[in-house]
Amino acid sequence: MSGGSIIIFILNIFGALIIAILGILVGLFYKGIDRKLAAMLQSRVGPPIRQPFLDFFKLMIKENIVPENAIPWVFNGAPVLALVSTVTILFYIPFGPIPALLGDSGDLILIAYLLAIPAIALVAGGFSSGSTYASIGAQREMVLMMSYELPLVTTIIGLGWRLNLAYPGLKVFSLAALSTNPIWGLVGPLGFLGALLLLLTLVIVTPAELSIVPFDIPEAETELAGGVLVEYSGRNLALFELSNAVKMIVMGTLTIALFFPYNIAHLLSITGFFAYIINILFFFFKLFIVIFFEATLIRVALARLKIDQASTAYLIFLSATSLMGLLLIAIDYII
Amino acid sequence: MSISTYKIPIGPIHPSLAEPMTFNFEISGEKIQSVDLAPGDNHRGIEFMGRNRNIVQIIYLAERICGICSASHPFAFCRAVENAAGIEVPPRAEYIRVIIAELERIHSHILWAGIAAEELGFNSVLYLSWKVREEVLDLLEILTGNRINYGMYMIGGVRRDISEEHMPRIMKTLQYYKDAYQTLEDVFLKDPSIALRTKNVGIMTYEDALHLTSVGPTARASGVKKDVRQDQPYSAYADMDIKAITPDIYSGEVNGDVYDRIIVRILEVFQSVQIIEYCLDNLPEGEILSEPKIVKLLGTLKKAKGEGVGRHEAPRGEVIHYIKLNESENPEVWKARAPTYNNLMSWLPMLQRQEIADIPIVIASIDPCIGCMDRVTLVDSNTSKKQVLTREELMKLSIAKTRRILK
Repeated sequence: MSGGSIIIFILNIFGALIIAILGILVGLFYKGIDRKLAAMLQSRVGPPIRQPFLDFFKLMIKENIVPENAIPWVFNGAPVLALVSTVTILFYIPFGPIPALLGDSGDLILIAYLLAIPAIALVAGGFSSGSTYASIGAQREMVLMMSYELPLVTTIIGLGWRLNLAYPGLKVFSLAALSTNPIWGLVGPLGFLGALLLLLTLVIVTPAELSIVPFDIPEAETELAGGVLVEYSGRNLALFELSNAVKMIVMGTLTIALFFPYNIAHLLSITGFFAYIINILFFFFKLFIVIFFEATLIRVALARLKIDQASTAYLIFLSATSLMGLLLIAIDYII
Repeated sequence: MSISTYKIPIGPIHPSLAEPMTFNFEISGEKIQSVDLAPGDNHRGIEFMGRNRNIVQIIYLAERICGICSASHPFAFCRAVENAAGIEVPPRAEYIRVIIAELERIHSHILWAGIAAEELGFNSVLYLSWKVREEVLDLLEILTGNRINYGMYMIGGVRRDISEEHMPRIMKTLQYYKDAYQTLEDVFLKDPSIALRTKNVGIMTYEDALHLTSVGPTARASGVKKDVRQDQPYSAYADMDIKAITPDIYSGEVNGDVYDRIIVRILEVFQSVQIIEYCLDNLPEGEILSEPKIVKLLGTLKKAKGEGVGRHEAPRGEVIHYIKLNESENPEVWKARAPTYNNLMSWLPMLQRQEIADIPIVIASIDPCIGCMDRVTLVDSNTSKKQVLTREELMKLSIAKTRRILK
């Protein structure tokens, strides 16, 4: 290893640390905003925006109970795995004007895999906790995961495929390439419609990824008393909460990078350092809008579905929607 | 091939239950194979406490059998005592009693609607409906002094009058609920995600409802036109023409599912508004108590001998109070039968072949009030173990008790 690469390696480690900490802070902050907004929509006062931080610190000082008939290493390992895998995704996603830390070494396919790991960790944690409620929750989580993977992957493939047609030879699944050539600029009116359908798919998959109403079926508070998380407490639960908060940022940022990677500074003819700041602020504003539509509004407006209804919705209706989007983009290209 | 099943207990403590009650489910996959009820965790010995108090003190106790039915129990209890002691109630008091009872029905049904929404994971609707409910609680506070446990009912009448200056405030509330009908209909009956979770869920057929002697909205949602206010009109209800509300009034068909139970309750809220309007328009002048001096009243009751039954259509169904006076300060027997007791067995056909996800809403759909219902628990005082009686043993004990009462 040469001297240069060692320095880059060390810089990357520092960068990763900073991104991880920032990601968690921003995630908790947006979670607070989400809770406040949901409360306002439900005509409640709601908790203060710093509530998720308080919850986290409270959980950290609480006792960490491992049930007697749990498998301790899986039970304790699952939350760590969930948090680590979600934080890892942050290294591969560009945040508005800031390019991804490891953008060259991982692409959208890797992100799709990493997105599945927290769900798998939940399933493992649920099964290993030795409670009937958690087992039912884990089964549901598995079914749900298998249902939403297809539409999610169809969306990703659709975007990459269209980009490949436009610019052969480009690394089409790299997020940098996708966000410099947004789909809206590549397609005609029909393809525009198709891209809208793909966006819709991503928006509807997000609540399941974040396990919020109407797709919080694995946790289902009134049915399973917390489902997969029923036996978790203290530090382990805090880690799951963190990974969920980070996942919200991940899904929001992913939507922005794939569909709304636009910046605002050049429109205001600002250059230099200020342009950077303006773009970052604009990015946070976009994140706020996206999270509002992907998480807050959906969870306020709907009742929880049953697992078979959710599975049908994803496997049949949403898959059909995404395939239709793909088809429209294909037709648009042929014409 | 045999179906492999596993057991899950719901209760005695569970987020979907407001009160302690145990359900033992046999589940295969997500489908319920069988269910066993195990009540008896909320027995408070209220009837025993009542036997050590005088009649007027029991009103206070009867009000506290259940927080939501805190007009229904004293209503039925007062009617039982009046029936036993032969006390006449002035007409104005009868009308005021009905007004309070119907205001209670409004708040109880809207409270239930909110809880049902919460069981479906639809928290926005919970907050919305409880916001709508606040209006009637405010009115009840103005009329009676309390949001719940109104302290309004008294042997031979009511304790507070409704005066002229209350009228505008009552009219405002009634108008508020007429306007709210559209909101409630939009939110509960036209919302696709609620329909998805409640239609064809927890079905009880007309035959089952008759066979299991269900009462109240639970029975009416299955098409049984059963309502004490209609069948044996009493108090001011006798002056009105009240029809039992069944879901076909709204949707033209009776399915007996959870959705139908929502329809019945939403419609009953507006039936109550009409009843209150009638009562206000025809409120007779006169006394509100047949005997305002409590000491004198207690003296009369002390000399009374005989038994009495009081029935009332509570928000959850028919509530019956039985009392036996035997020329003493305390009653010899006091028995309260809450509507939930009748509706317990309705759960069995409703829960059959449903999914785990349906359990909370189906359990909530009969609007259970475990505190009202738990009258008996058999506990061995040495081992503190609960006992379950067979049908024969229960029959034998019941017959023995009836003989003891009739003696």
